This record gives sequence, structure tokens and C-alpha cells, in this order.
Amino acid sequence: MELLGAIITLLGSIFLLLGALGIVRMPDVYNRMQAGTKATTLGSIFFLLGISVGHHQCGCVGKVIILILFIVITNPISSNAIARASHFIGIKLADISKKDELQEDKNSGVVE
Amino acid sequence: MADLLYNIAAIIALIGIILTFVRLILGPTVADRAIALDGMTVMAISLIVFIAYFSERIIYLDVAMVYALISFIGVVAIARYMERGI
Repeated sequence: MELLGAIITLLGSIFLLLGALGIVRMPDVYNRMQAGTKATTLGSIFFLLGISVGHHQCGCVGKVIILILFIVITNPISSNAIARASHFIGIKLADISKKDELQEDKNSGVVE
Repeated sequence: MADLLYNIAAIIALIGIILTFVRLILGPTVADRAIALDGMTVMAISLIVFIAYFSERIIYLDVAMVYALISFIGVVAIARYMERGI
């Protein structure tokens, strides 16, 4: 049981490392935002689940589950707020981007 | 065996925090720095839970919860400030 928890924890930490690598290597703000948010959310879910699976006898799994739910709810909200604000103050996309639907909606007057 | 794997996982998460810190220093705009700070906070929460289990002090889980709450409020406040000022 402890070995299973350790393997899940290792998987989660690899996702955390990939998220950090995405934050460093991606070309503009929006790509960094999506790499950092999605990979680190999945990685932290696996990390916390793995630790609490390996040490289930201490009787505090409930707090860890509440923490996982909190991370899952709040992490997309904060990254959405950052991406929206940075698009509205005029930070440009990278040059290799193909499509900008929020800019098209702004031009056609759907979004003010 | 299991303890070794747990320690390797913690070291990999720590390397992730260090990589994200590079973006926190380099980042050209405020949004880059806010994103890097957000990622660092999630990894730090994972490490705080790791420390809470392995030093057998369960009260540290409350520290992780409060840290997650304050980080969420902080990032939303930064986004609000970027969009319309204080």
C-alpha cells in the first residue's frame, strides 16, 4: 500500500516538474498560463493523493481531500482572471499564434 | 524503498519550484510573474503536505490550507489591479 502511494506521488511530482518546465519554456503569457495551471493542478492532485494513500492510518485524509477540492476549484479561476486581465491591458500573443477569438469578438462588438 | 521514492518525488517538486523561480525573475511582464508565483504556490502546498506527513505534525495541514487561500486571494487581487488599477 505504501509502495502504491509512493508511485502515485512520483507520478504527481513528474507532472509538477513538467508544469514548471512549461512555465519556463513557453513563448507567451497565455501558453505559460495554460501549461502552468493544468499540469500543476493534476500534479498536485496526484501528489496529495499519493501521500495520503501511503499514510492512511493517521486519520487525516479528510483534510487532504478538502485541500484537493480547494485547489481544483480555485486554480482555474485565478488563471482565468490573469489571462483575461492580460488580454484586456493589451499584452500581445506570440508571433506563431494562428487565431485570437477574443480579439475577433472585441472587433465585432460582442465583448466590450 | 517507499521512503526513497517519496524523497525522490519531493526533490523533483523542489526542482520544479527552482525552475519556476527562474521565470519569476526573468518574466517580462507582470502577468508572467503572477503566473510563476501561482505555480510556485501550488508546488509549495504539495511540499508542505509532504513535510506535514513526514515530520508527523498534522497541524501543518492547516498551514497548507491557509497558504492556498491567501495565494488565491493574492492572484485575483493582482489580476484586478492589472485590469483597472486599485
